[in-house]
Amino acid sequence: MSIAVNGDASSSGWQNQYYHVDQVLDRPGPRTDPSFLAGDGVKDFLRNQCKILVIGAGGLGCEILANLALSGFKDIHVIDMDTIDISNLNRQFLFRQKDVGKPKATVAAEFVMNRVPGVKVTPFYGKIQDKDEDYYMQFNLVICGLDSVEARRWINATLVNMVDPENPESLKPLIDGGTEGFKGQARVILPTITSCYECSLDMLNKQTAFPICTIANTPRLPEHCIEWASVLEWPRVFKDKKMDTDDPEHINWLYNTASKRAREFNIEGVTWSLTQGVVKNIIPAIASTNAIIAASCCNEAFKIATSSAAYLNNYFMLIGTEGVYSYTFEHEKRDDCPVCGGQTMDITISRDWTVDRLIEMLVERQDIQIKKPSLSTPTTHIYFQAPPQLEEATRPNLEKKVSELVDDGGEMTVTATTLPFSLSIRIKYT
Amino acid sequence: MIKIWSMKKNEDAAAKKKPKTSAAQIRVQKDLTELELPSTMKTNFPDLADLLNFTLTITPDEGMYKGGAFNFSFNINTNYPHEPPKVKCTQTIYHPNIDLEGNVCLNILREDWKPVLNLNSVMVGLQYLFLEPNADDPLNKEAAEELRRNREHFIYNVKHAMRGGNVKGVQYDKVLV
Repeated sequence: MSIAVNGDASSSGWQNQYYHVDQVLDRPGPRTDPSFLAGDGVKDFLRNQCKILVIGAGGLGCEILANLALSGFKDIHVIDMDTIDISNLNRQFLFRQKDVGKPKATVAAEFVMNRVPGVKVTPFYGKIQDKDEDYYMQFNLVICGLDSVEARRWINATLVNMVDPENPESLKPLIDGGTEGFKGQARVILPTITSCYECSLDMLNKQTAFPICTIANTPRLPEHCIEWASVLEWPRVFKDKKMDTDDPEHINWLYNTASKRAREFNIEGVTWSLTQGVVKNIIPAIASTNAIIAASCCNEAFKIATSSAAYLNNYFMLIGTEGVYSYTFEHEKRDDCPVCGGQTMDITISRDWTVDRLIEMLVERQDIQIKKPSLSTPTTHIYFQAPPQLEEATRPNLEKKVSELVDDGGEMTVTATTLPFSLSIRIKYT
Repeated sequence: MIKIWSMKKNEDAAAKKKPKTSAAQIRVQKDLTELELPSTMKTNFPDLADLLNFTLTITPDEGMYKGGAFNFSFNINTNYPHEPPKVKCTQTIYHPNIDLEGNVCLNILREDWKPVLNLNSVMVGLQYLFLEPNADDPLNKEAAEELRRNREHFIYNVKHAMRGGNVKGVQYDKVLV
């Protein structure tokens, strides 16, 4: 028996390119899903039909792209808004020194396509927010290797909102990886079915922030001096000019200002890279943590795409600070989650109903039990109970017909003290 | 692909689409419409359509800052409530915990912010600073030093500054109602 190895890449792929992967796809195992169809069907789906989106082409993204390509995904898209920095090269192995300054997505896509024949990687150099729902709708799966809470919240909310009860294809599994030094996590989010990213927002570590009076008066650490420069001195000197933490000139100014202050207080340790690290909130990235988390994410993508084994339910965490510890648990969906929680109710009213009458009806309904509801649509504040200025400004709407403000089938967000978070109502007219 | 949709059938409550108002927007709507401000605090929205940028005026009815009207700008970003609102005093005032640039030393605006806190907590916290200025967390060191050393004289300075006076070479804004 011959064992295939990862040989050299000729133009049409190497011999037995998928030998190892096929061991898993050619026959069912003890834990395969009942819907698993061993053999050609599943291989055809994975290699010819499945379209996967990778968000982020950085530390995690490079690993993810390589893993996906080598496990048989052949239609891969990648989004990243950054360009390559020299400090990326120690771990973002799809980039070389000559690539510094070029877009990560483009360079990563080229590299993977050259190395793994038969794989198509389509890059997009830009922000995830540049793309709309039609774009995200084309994928079967989304994997994120991001470093920002904001971007995760955005893609999570977008995918949850895309779920259309009439269309099974609209539900896109989201696999989210994240690392911070020696710690990391991988999770599977099935939008509207399992706990979403927003459900777990309270689990996030707090960013280290120093009391502003310590920064102002009694600095003891180099970080205090850097924060003094960025939080207090920058706005004092430059007024409304925005600080750009990617601009070396700005970091230079902060470094010099912080150094001066450090000398004044006999504090040692203010360096250029510490300055950049503090203002950009950089936590040193560890290549091996990225490799483990990316592997876990791609393993999940493979299992979900092929049904070849049970997938992660739904949260895997890794702590590599002292030895290797991992824990897997089911993070629960929150009823009061602002993105996936809360109820949506259909309410059918006459086109003649005023906003006032709708509010009266909401207050009287036994099944919702709300007091003092405030109503809005994504574009209009319909009625706000407080503060006084907004109440006054929205009061004229009470006399207006709901049908003048909301289209048939349109949704309204209702907030009230008695609701855990908010309630969505979909208005239909008789 | 794994058959996720079959799981969905059993989850009718979640089966409906949500509107596209962002989580931060809904949260701000909730915070604002549930504000129960005392008569000493008033919000002002320069652009009624923009809930994320507004000002708060505090007019203390007791304590040494009674008689003044103090303005704060609130700036909320889309990462709220993961990140606290950015709050600044828009006047130059004589207060141990507020510097001449308008930076405010209030723990819940920085190191002790938590997403369970809300705009009401921040506003109540700000008002408290006028009732109990605190010499231990100084941003205006001169003022804090004065408060610690000679409370009577500090109060005199507060009154003088509120009238638009000059204290130790610093010209303060007139903030009397």
